[in-house]
Amino acid sequence: MKSVIFRTVAPFLTSLMTLFSIFVLLRGHNEPGGGFIGGLIAVSALAIYGIAHGVETVRHAIYFHPMAIAGAGLFAATVAGLISLFAQVPFMTGLWIYPSLFGVEVPLSTVMLFDTGVYLVVVGSISSVALSLEERGGE
Amino acid sequence: MAVPTSSSVDLSAALVLGPTTVADWLVILPVAWCFAIGALLVMLRRAIGLHPIIAVAGLAGLVLIDALLLGHVAAKGPVTMAMGRWLPPFGIAFTVDLTGALFALVAAVVALAGGIFSLADINDSGRRYGFYPFLMLLMAGVSGAFLTGDIFNLYVWFEVLLISSFGLLVLGSEPEQIDGTVKYGFLNLVATTLFLVATGYLYAVFGTLNMADVARKAEGLRGSAPLMTLTALYVLAFGMKAAAFPVNFWLPASYHTPRVVVSALFAGLLTKVGIYALIRVMVMLFPVEREELSFVMALAGALTMIVGVLGALAQTDFRRMLGYLVVSGIGSMLAGIAVGGPGGIGGAIFYALHSMLVMTGLYFAAGIAARLGGGSSIATVSGLYRKNVGFATLTLMLCFAVSGLPPFSGFWPKVMLVKAALDIGAWWLAAALLLAGFCTVIATGRLFLLAYWRDDAGAAVETVRLPSAVLAPLAALSLLTLGLGLYPEPLLATIQSAAAGLAEPSAYLNSVFPAGGPQ
Repeated sequence: MKSVIFRTVAPFLTSLMTLFSIFVLLRGHNEPGGGFIGGLIAVSALAIYGIAHGVETVRHAIYFHPMAIAGAGLFAATVAGLISLFAQVPFMTGLWIYPSLFGVEVPLSTVMLFDTGVYLVVVGSISSVALSLEERGGE
Repeated sequence: MAVPTSSSVDLSAALVLGPTTVADWLVILPVAWCFAIGALLVMLRRAIGLHPIIAVAGLAGLVLIDALLLGHVAAKGPVTMAMGRWLPPFGIAFTVDLTGALFALVAAVVALAGGIFSLADINDSGRRYGFYPFLMLLMAGVSGAFLTGDIFNLYVWFEVLLISSFGLLVLGSEPEQIDGTVKYGFLNLVATTLFLVATGYLYAVFGTLNMADVARKAEGLRGSAPLMTLTALYVLAFGMKAAAFPVNFWLPASYHTPRVVVSALFAGLLTKVGIYALIRVMVMLFPVEREELSFVMALAGALTMIVGVLGALAQTDFRRMLGYLVVSGIGSMLAGIAVGGPGGIGGAIFYALHSMLVMTGLYFAAGIAARLGGGSSIATVSGLYRKNVGFATLTLMLCFAVSGLPPFSGFWPKVMLVKAALDIGAWWLAAALLLAGFCTVIATGRLFLLAYWRDDAGAAVETVRLPSAVLAPLAALSLLTLGLGLYPEPLLATIQSAAAGLAEPSAYLNSVFPAGGPQ
């Protein structure tokens, strides 16, 4: 797109939205949010960047192919369910650890891993669709 | 963020608190395994050289897991695993009984055969399109449908396998494939929507989606709730999925367009998922309503058989003819469900398992015939017997099996179904079964006569060698049907106890609600 204002703002907007999407993903455990909505926000960020600077730039920026990202997400979600095998509890039971990083207690769980997987699946599959649509539109 | 739970609350009513053994994990492993392998293949999307190796090894692993699961269930009775420790009816439970484990095992065997056949059938462009990831995700959906104990979860697995099947159908993106996919997709979406509507209705009536819970509450609700309507909706939805008359037209319209291995897997797996769901809902959840609907279903079954086999007789294209034979087989299974009793249900289960193996094998044969003869019309292809005697023999075995002739696996379920139909005095149903079998003999006999035995006048025919990747799966499936036909006792005994477990599901209920459960 030709607009100078848009092209200037787009990188800031994209980074802000990506940051926000991760925030939404992480607060999703007990409050509104989560992997699905977070993933959609991240895809919107990529789409804006793609409109401003072209699809090739986005593909270069995310490094991995969108479908590979989706595959990694599905794999992470499956692994999140399988971890409970070692704790002798049924599939997909939430397990928590509370490691201390620099004196701050950080709760980590398999639920979070699962939600991150969902986030990646949404980012990968929807951005795959969005990017190829933008590519066609530019022709 | 995690709120520590106070110990004063009694959690045993809502959560599984005992330790879960590794053997219990076999219940969920088929699905998790397929998802993990499928996801791995999507991640490795550039390394298409590795795809076939990982996928075939994954499918072999799936066969092993399902075999272990069947052994576990046969020894211990139905096994339940509640996802995330949440007990049913609140949580989603996977409950595996003999029926589910048998279907899952045979589906895995068929998928492994398809995976090996695809080594020669799917080229690099098909691999780049994602044939193997779609195949693994399809198997996740199929296994999930056979193993789940929750009716909404069953709907979710239907969706999973439907989405993967769309991907497999359009592989190649030729115009006629897209045409076939649209027909397949539209009809299946209608069926899935009906399934969803019925499930919403079921939830409104029962307040639960767990199948065991529905089964035990159905007795009390029978006088006050419209269970007949519910059952009829399910019959229509699953009948559409299974391609029963009069909603069978989508199958012959779409199954001849995709790659051979895709048609083979669809013919083997997808319609049987519909039959399985029908057996589960009709026999285990609503047995009284099944009795009421018995005549309608028997009629639909008889018409499906006859319409299917007449369609097969009218076709000159090998693969189109097979599409109609799939439909005809579905009719026999419906007849078994309609008749009921150990003979009817056992016959339907046996027929479904037999049909999975045989129809997949026949589609493989159609693919090889097209490769050898240069086309799939039996009016033009000829001399296949001269070209490869071994292949012709294997095809003949499968033709015998699909017609229900001894000594192959199709014979025993047909005997069971005819006997069960005669036992309840439905002579016309038995006659339809025998007539359909007879016409199948004519249809496959004509195929063999024209495409295999007929020689081109004057043309020199030389023997053609086939790669073992295409011949081995066909040979394995043919020999399996021969083995099951010659020595059906172990399978027959398992099927009998599977059918008994469906008709009297107290073991299934006990596995979900060990101590009577919440009332």
